[in-house]
Amino acid sequence: MIRLEFIYALGGLLFLTVAVLEFLDRANPKRYRKTAFWGIYGITFLFGSVLPPFATGCLVILMVLVTGWKDLGASKVKTTTEAERRQSAARLRDKLFIPALCIPLVTFLGTLLLPKIAINGQALAAAKDATLISLGLSVIVALVAALWLFRQRFVTSLHEGRRLLTAVGTVAVLPQLLAALGALFAAAGVGQVVSALVGRFIPVNDAFWVVTAYTLGMALFTMIMGNAFAAFPVMTAGIGLPLIVHKLGGDPAIMAAVGMLSGYCGTLMTPMAANFNIVPVALLELPDKNGVVRVQVPTGLVLLAVNTLLMYFLVFRF
Amino acid sequence: MPTSALRQLFASVNPVPHNAGPGFRVIHVQGSSMLTLIGVLIVIIGFALRVNPLLVVTVAGIATGVAGGLSPVAIVSDFGRAFTENRYVGLVWLTLPVIGLLERSGLKERAQELISRIQSATTGRVLLLYLAIRQLTASIGLTSLGGQAQMVRPLIAPMAEAAAEARFGELPDKTRYLILAHAAAVDNVGVFFGEDIFLAMGSVLLIKGFLDENGIRLTPLHIALWAIPTAIAVFIIHGARLLLLDRRLNKQFKDRKT
Repeated sequence: MIRLEFIYALGGLLFLTVAVLEFLDRANPKRYRKTAFWGIYGITFLFGSVLPPFATGCLVILMVLVTGWKDLGASKVKTTTEAERRQSAARLRDKLFIPALCIPLVTFLGTLLLPKIAINGQALAAAKDATLISLGLSVIVALVAALWLFRQRFVTSLHEGRRLLTAVGTVAVLPQLLAALGALFAAAGVGQVVSALVGRFIPVNDAFWVVTAYTLGMALFTMIMGNAFAAFPVMTAGIGLPLIVHKLGGDPAIMAAVGMLSGYCGTLMTPMAANFNIVPVALLELPDKNGVVRVQVPTGLVLLAVNTLLMYFLVFRF
Repeated sequence: MPTSALRQLFASVNPVPHNAGPGFRVIHVQGSSMLTLIGVLIVIIGFALRVNPLLVVTVAGIATGVAGGLSPVAIVSDFGRAFTENRYVGLVWLTLPVIGLLERSGLKERAQELISRIQSATTGRVLLLYLAIRQLTASIGLTSLGGQAQMVRPLIAPMAEAAAEARFGELPDKTRYLILAHAAAVDNVGVFFGEDIFLAMGSVLLIKGFLDENGIRLTPLHIALWAIPTAIAVFIIHGARLLLLDRRLNKQFKDRKT
């Protein structure tokens, strides 16, 4: 049986390798801080399930302090020139797509098959972890395919990994940190305060304004938390269930489904949803941190209006 | 979506944290309750001033914990626990060594060459096609057939860029950045409003779980069904915007058209 912990260890080893490479590069600016950052991140990955939460928390805070006031910046890693890449593309042609497509295809097949294949009565992977485990395995398959097809050395892939990971930079850990912030928001009861605030401003007998308060509240609270899943129980317990369903007799399935999707409109419009909105900015090396959010806002706003109308016209009819 | 999100969800339904110390105050006391919003304020100000986001989020977390009456040890422990539980979001970085290897071997260049050979390919049409594929595959549960690191950086973004370059020649940086941002946005829009139609997806199960707890029994099918109108609406809205992007590019570079 393949455990998820094994894939996390793989991630930990990658980050520790990057730390070592950062350290060995003497020309690297802020070399020690970069080493410390990726080293600590690697340790939290590798030993996360063994370390007591308090120790992990201390390590994470240390890791954040190491980054300082501004980002650490990308490291210069030697790679091919554009002319070399064109030459290589002309030689390898469509073979180049094979490893690239290995990642999604193996992930997909593994998700389907791993929980079904049993050895000694034990499934190869637990169904709930199958996608993540398959993602890890797909990377191994794609890597082997790429090394073999392109006749590259394994160590080259590590240097390339460092090049891209440091181009993403310290933002790489932001989604995880935001999830941790969400946990603290929940523990401190931020949700209840927000839904109480929203609840104070709506006329509870006017169906249109109640629906609007719910969809807007879902979007706004999702923008604050960066996650519609965190907003849903708070807003639905505060407005959706008591007002739309119980008081005004709306259909719970429509209320909940469209409500959740109104939250997703919020996800499109917030930097707090870092893995969707900030990580691609880093991956595509865009100069404007909000470049992706900016492009998504018009769709988010129009769709939020559409969702509000959809709910208003449908929820009391079914 | 993963189970930790579900766990977090049910934790947030119950206002009293499992590890609340003796100093924990009940939330609906007016004065102290508004204070817990301080973390939100710190995030908004910090992000606006473009301070290192890691620092902003950490400070906001600590401030929220203190305002909520949690002990310092509980705050750090909660932080550490959630960080560990959410390691799955960091697994996407495992793909980078392979993506890097592909890039150095010329994947982008090859993808661009293929696109520039298709006469009818435009930035908007390339992205529209990807939007349709992403939404459809997500709606049958194949959310892993995409993603910012796996698909957008190595394939979709270079193709969208190449489609414009094939028509208008070299692009100014501002236009290039706009096209890349659109490529990232399409992946997000497609997966968000596709996955909700799939019965076994986290959001559908989460809704079902929440309503179950509140005594309302529904089948996942019932919930997923009502995600379809929004899915169609977003395809029309975002698809129209992609075609408008084409028009905008056509107008901007009308004297350069080849």
